[in-house]
Parts: sequence; structure tokens; C-alpha cells
Amino acid sequence: MAKRSAPEVNAGSMADIAFLLLIFFLVTTTIETDAGLNRKLPPIQEEPQDPPPLKKKNIFQVLINQQNDLLVEEREMELGDLRQAAIDFLDNGGQGCDYCQGKGDAASSDNPTKAVISLQHTRETDYSTYIAIQNELVAAYNFLRNREANRLFGMSFTEMEADFNDAQYNGNKDQLEDKIGVIRDMFPMKLSEAEPKENN
Amino acid sequence: MSKFKKKKGGELPAISTASLPDIVFMLLFFFMVATVMRENTLMIKNELPFADQVEKLQKKDLVMYVYAGKPSERYQRQYGTEARVQLNDKFADVSDIKQFIIEERESKREELKNKLTTSLKIDGETNMGLVSDIKYELRRAEAYRINYTTKKGDAAQNMQ
Repeated sequence: MAKRSAPEVNAGSMADIAFLLLIFFLVTTTIETDAGLNRKLPPIQEEPQDPPPLKKKNIFQVLINQQNDLLVEEREMELGDLRQAAIDFLDNGGQGCDYCQGKGDAASSDNPTKAVISLQHTRETDYSTYIAIQNELVAAYNFLRNREANRLFGMSFTEMEADFNDAQYNGNKDQLEDKIGVIRDMFPMKLSEAEPKENN
Repeated sequence: MSKFKKKKGGELPAISTASLPDIVFMLLFFFMVATVMRENTLMIKNELPFADQVEKLQKKDLVMYVYAGKPSERYQRQYGTEARVQLNDKFADVSDIKQFIIEERESKREELKNKLTTSLKIDGETNMGLVSDIKYELRRAEAYRINYTTKKGDAAQNMQ
């Protein structure tokens, strides 16, 4: 037999190995987007101003103590009931609210634009409890906003916001912004946070 | 013509794939370099609470991170077990936050300065006292847009 040249080392599998590495890096370095509850802090007021006059019935008081217990409108409450209680309060429709579907209780809020949720906690309250309560209150607003957005525009409020933040959205953004504004005006998020009570 | 005949007789030469690994390695290096994340090394326990009404944080370059929580075990001898604030890679005092925010804001482009969001990554067991202090400092620094960064999940899990 004739002498053959030495066979070339097959480098074809090298690509596979490199691909394997590539895929490994692609998978392990997934950039997870953070998500959370967006809030806006109020500016600091130089001089303490007199709080605007609010009827007591338009304030929904939520207190959290150092044992992470919840006191809502002077009654103890479980976290699971807070969302419904907040919805009932905001959606009460005592007067001047033609889209509310609540009972119209005279002792509860007049209308959602006047209703204020006041949240107060102690310095010993756990952050996780605080977030749970914030979450429930945001959920109450989202529920009502979604309901009205579905009724008026046939689309939920959270979808509208998601579309608005989506750079790829190819609809009319100005129109969408107007719609979001309408819903926001119907249920403005009025969440007042008092300075924490010193525990004595 | 004889040239063509010769080819017909011989086998088709295999296409050399020797350069394929080079191409793939190039891709690999590109991804390795491009996806370097400036991840802060956490020196604190940082188990975020759960929430389900979350909004995503867009545009990572417009986010400033403030961490808080108990120092992790290896730092406890030095820093104690009381919850602390971490900015970038080191422990900080609550009063350092204002300076930190101002420095971060200075490093951004002018037109983006009012779009900055502060992401609060705070451990669930932290007392609200510290959180209130942080929030007060942020208000002093005029960083009003905040995001309580959470894990996605049922909020009832926080109460256990």
C-alpha cells in the first residue's frame, strides 16, 4: 500500500465545544430585570403647613404596629381582607361619583378623588409587612382602574401602562397617554405616609 | 478538458471547517465581554419581600441602587448584626446617601437627570425605622422617584 500522509485531526467538533461554552455563557448571564413597586416621595416642606382640611370619612386609616399587626379604621384586620376593604372605601361613591359601584355608605368616602389612604407604621415594623400592605393598596387601585379602563376603553389599565412603556408599541402613544390620564384622574392614588411614630 | 475529467474522478474535497471554531470563539468572547455586569458584591443579607403588583424597572443605566439589611455572617464580627446600608461595594451610613445620590446624578447626562430612579433593595427583616431614614435622605437629595424592588410572588408570604 502506498504511503499516505498523516490524517488531519478533525477539528469539526471544536466548533461544538465552543458553541457549548457560548450557550453556557448566554444562559448564565441572563440579565434579570428588576421589578418592584414604583412610588414617588413627597418633597420636604420647609415649614410645616397646615394640612388641607379633610373630612374624617374621606380618610382610610391603616396602622401597622411593631408586632406587624394591622389596624384598619380602628378595627383589627388580616392582610387578606385589606384589599377588599380598600376597594370598598375608594369605590363607595357617597356623592359626586357617577362611575362608582359601591354601596354609597354615608360614613365612608365621598368619591375616589377625595379619598385618601393614610398609612402609618412604627419604627419597629418589618419592611416585608410594609411591602405587603403597600402591595395590597396598589392592588386595590389597580383593580378599580382596570375596571374603569375596561368599561371605557375595553382594555385593562395595567395593559395600557405596559403598552405605554413598551418602546416597540406601534399604536398612538399620545392617545394612550390621554386615556391613562383619564383613568388616573378617576382614581388618583392618594397614599399619604406619615412619619413613623416613635415607640415609647 | 482534461482538467475537468480529473475532478470527476476524484472525491469532492471536504470543506475545511477549521476556521469555524475561531468564528464561534469570537462570538463567545464578544458575549463574555458584552455581558459583564457591574454587580455589587453584597455584604448584607438581602432577601427581598414579595409583591405581585410590580412594574418592571426600565433602562438599567438610569437606576441607582441602595441596599440595606443585616450584615452577612462574615462581616458580623466587624459591623454587628444591626441592619445597615450598603452603597456600591461598601457599608455606608444613612447620612452618606445624599452624597451618593448627588455623585450618581452628576455622572449622568443632563437630559436624563430627572429620569433617575432609586431602587431600594432592602431585606424583608429590616425595621421600617431604617427605611424611613433612607427615604428621608432621598427626599433631602431630591431623588423622589423610588422603586421598592421586590421578588414576584404572593404578598401573603411576607407575613410568615
